[in-house]
Amino acid sequence: MPETFVHKFDTPVFKGEVSVPLGLYIDGKWVDGADGTTIDVINPSNGKLITKIAEGTPKDLDNAVKVAQRAFDTVWGLHTPGNQRARLLNKLGDLMEQNAEILAALEALDNGKTFKWAMRADISHSIQCIRYYAGWADKIFGQVIETSEAKLTYTRHEPIGVVGQIIPWNFPLQMMAWKIGPALATGCTIILKPSEFTPLTALYMSKLIDEAGFPAGVFNLINGYGHTVGQAMADHMGIEKIAFTGSTLVGRKIMESAAKSNLKKVTLELGGKSPSIIMDDADLDEAIKWAAFGIYFNHGQCCCAGSRIFVHEKIYDEFLPRFTEHTKNLKVGDPFDPDCFQGPQISQQQYDRIMGYIDSGKSEGATVHYGGHRIGQEGYFISPTIFTDTKPNMKIVQEEIFGPVCVVIKFKDDDDIVAQANDSVYGLAAAVFSQNVTRALSTAHKLRAGTVWVNTANMLYPNVPFGGYKQSGIGRELGEYALANYTAVKAVQVNLHIKL
Amino acid sequence: MAAQPVTLTVPANGKKITVPTGLFINNEFVPSVDSTETIQCINPATEEVICSIVAGSEKDIDIAVAAARKAFKTTWGKNVTGFERSRLLNKLADLIERDAQELAELEALNNGKPVKIARDFDIGDSVQCLRYYAGWADKILGQAIEVDNKTKFAFTRHDPIGVCGQIIPWNYPINMWSWKVAPALACGCTIVMKPSEITPLTALKLSELVVEAGFPPGVINTVPSLGSVGGAALSAHKDVDKVAFTGSTVTGRKIMESAAKSNLKKVSLELGGKSPQIIFESADLDQAANWVGLGILYNTGQDCTAGSRLFVQDTIYDKFMQLVVEKFKQLKIGDGFDEASGGGPVVSKMQYDKIFSYIEAGKQAGAKCILGGEKRPGKGYYVDPTIFVDVKPDMKIVRDEIFGPVLAVAKFSTEDEAIELANDTSYGLGAGLHSNDAGQCMRVSQALEAGTVWVNQYNLLNNNVPFGGKKQSGIGRELGSYALEEYTSVKAIHWNYGEKLDWPL
Repeated sequence: MPETFVHKFDTPVFKGEVSVPLGLYIDGKWVDGADGTTIDVINPSNGKLITKIAEGTPKDLDNAVKVAQRAFDTVWGLHTPGNQRARLLNKLGDLMEQNAEILAALEALDNGKTFKWAMRADISHSIQCIRYYAGWADKIFGQVIETSEAKLTYTRHEPIGVVGQIIPWNFPLQMMAWKIGPALATGCTIILKPSEFTPLTALYMSKLIDEAGFPAGVFNLINGYGHTVGQAMADHMGIEKIAFTGSTLVGRKIMESAAKSNLKKVTLELGGKSPSIIMDDADLDEAIKWAAFGIYFNHGQCCCAGSRIFVHEKIYDEFLPRFTEHTKNLKVGDPFDPDCFQGPQISQQQYDRIMGYIDSGKSEGATVHYGGHRIGQEGYFISPTIFTDTKPNMKIVQEEIFGPVCVVIKFKDDDDIVAQANDSVYGLAAAVFSQNVTRALSTAHKLRAGTVWVNTANMLYPNVPFGGYKQSGIGRELGEYALANYTAVKAVQVNLHIKL
Repeated sequence: MAAQPVTLTVPANGKKITVPTGLFINNEFVPSVDSTETIQCINPATEEVICSIVAGSEKDIDIAVAAARKAFKTTWGKNVTGFERSRLLNKLADLIERDAQELAELEALNNGKPVKIARDFDIGDSVQCLRYYAGWADKILGQAIEVDNKTKFAFTRHDPIGVCGQIIPWNYPINMWSWKVAPALACGCTIVMKPSEITPLTALKLSELVVEAGFPPGVINTVPSLGSVGGAALSAHKDVDKVAFTGSTVTGRKIMESAAKSNLKKVSLELGGKSPQIIFESADLDQAANWVGLGILYNTGQDCTAGSRLFVQDTIYDKFMQLVVEKFKQLKIGDGFDEASGGGPVVSKMQYDKIFSYIEAGKQAGAKCILGGEKRPGKGYYVDPTIFVDVKPDMKIVRDEIFGPVLAVAKFSTEDEAIELANDTSYGLGAGLHSNDAGQCMRVSQALEAGTVWVNQYNLLNNNVPFGGKKQSGIGRELGSYALEEYTSVKAIHWNYGEKLDWPL
């Protein structure tokens, strides 16, 4: 199969020729998959084929694990001191910065998000994330613990070893940065499986990682399907830790497989049905903008999307029309159109799923207050959609839709709203809008969610931890907390003069 | 004098280096506002004047402090994110790396140390130091503390202290500059830096890179001046929040006094040392002799942690001393631009005279000089490796910091005796022990009263490991995460959102 894919961009926001490797990246080389098969990469803006990439198989995984273990035992792990790991990660950050527009263009082509938002959010956050973890690489220290003068007792925070990382299609580059940043900083070696829907930025990154100078075998990239390569990673006896971001359904399977194989360590970032709570003393103008951003950003394809919007009954009649007006003004269209806010949903599959939820909302008796239909004739574009008159047990209220669809629900009092907001198997995020700090903080502190926003929504930073309560996940990414996902603690007790 | 840059010619290779001569305030090089004093910079290898620079006055310090305060309130301090501080520090590191050769030659001209050591060690370590603290800039964490969930939320902020006066010495001009600048900027502080009047040139050259990196005006200011003028002014200044000093214990005391009398500014001090190295009989003697050489001869003994007292176990004394003398003879002290030089001249006439007066005192006190101890003919402040044996604890050469390549040697028989001898000093900066007995290594390293203890090594530091003195060797720690504490000030916020106060009590 051909080695690279060359795409000529000629758009209002980006022009240029970009070359992307198509093979698996193992041991510092790009290679075909063991079976010689390929996976089609589809452009969600028009349903057409972009290119075909090499498909990895469990055989390729086996090979990658051997290579990653070898690298860990010889040139990575603690064989490369932290400040050198830092240097390489910073070099990668520099290269990403130099290639920022290319990465954004590939992301817009492959995922459908707008080029503008890819630059502003995905790419810039990813660069910051890599640089942030570069800074941690030489600061992984243990403790020296006083037990008695007869003993020296200390801990080492050692890199776990070979880690498997499976990332989703909604923020391809950003999810890659969240995973490889802390793993490389702590000294782990990696096998990364991007989503089969969105492999292009990960493939481009393999070029940059190679150029930055990471030794062969430290980072390996295997494109493939979840049920083949992903499953093989969860089952693999040579992988010490698996990190997964995706649906709760698949997360369960991974945890099960981890338990059945070698009890590999597991961290999961799963789904959400996060509430945005608009109190009657909220700054309504701002709350409307944030609540809209909370659900429509990235076409609703955010694990932490604020998809349940609870509005205090006193301001409901003022909120709804203004929120609807704001929603109407969101332009949906070509990701390379600088005026667009929203592009297509990722795939036919997701499109069908979202439309299925919209149908279920209608059939269960909710009101389509706005939207609820396809936009255009080609590609997977769905209108921003508002449902009202819902009941708590409706599918559109309980289940994660992962599209630009929100339910707007009236509420009466603060205690009731906390109960309603917490009434979910998920617990990823929540947002509270109120100008009264007492009310905002006491509500925020009662919400069972890994991230609570007060008077804001959907803002993440590389140095602030992120993760789920309940069935939204296990473990935390970002911040100092992520380091714990990739280190194993060894306590060393040295006897000086206790004689038995 | 006008603050125009001068172009120097490096005698050894004819290269030209341009050096700013003005005071660096608000990203510009300016003359003094009220003084025509200058400082002459001397090349210690040739004893000739390199150039003259503007000497800052008390009023200049005032202006620099005001510039630093303004920057702190507007473009730095809490007005800039950790991410941005990180980015700028990394940029500065890249620029220093880019200009390493030129900076090394300038350092060698002014300080005397060999060019290759300046480039690969002084500057190499400095670049890494800046990068290390760039990594901390966006990781200055406070605590969120559980008090009472129904009514109160308490958390801490680690705020930047503010305007910091930093006074650095002449022995590692660039390296000491980086140890001070990096953590202060990472935490969000602004700086008025007073480099040593003996070696101000690289600090001025680095100020050009500060501008190129993109730091806002006033964030770092560089005011070369006499210690008694600029240093004193910073210590006494009512609008300086913290002073950090590396230098002699004598001056350190004055700074602390001045800080106390003025505005109780926070003080950190890195002072002198009279650090011991202990050689036990089980040690790898050849290796230990190398480390002893490094310990007292590196930088021609002009190191606060110089291993200037050597204690050798009696059972291996003769054999070990033979090795030591051999090793010392192998080190060539010469011109910093000569590739063969492992050490350069001492930095100034004053230091040269001081060292030789100690050598005289040693001879007068009855210690036996078995190597060196004699002046060389010709130009340059060259002091050859010198060893005194049969020393007694009360001799000046055993008690006082000489700051030259002069070693005082004594014997011991038991481990306890060695520890007692080693700790018998008012200093406590460094200590080294050499032994292959693990238990002994543990016991002795626990017992030595020093801020840094090396086991089977000496002198080698790492940017992520803290460094500082016990006893009269200093207050506070540099390097590692510990340095961040020196530049942050903790504010605890108690936020009541549920408790109403009953009144009257």
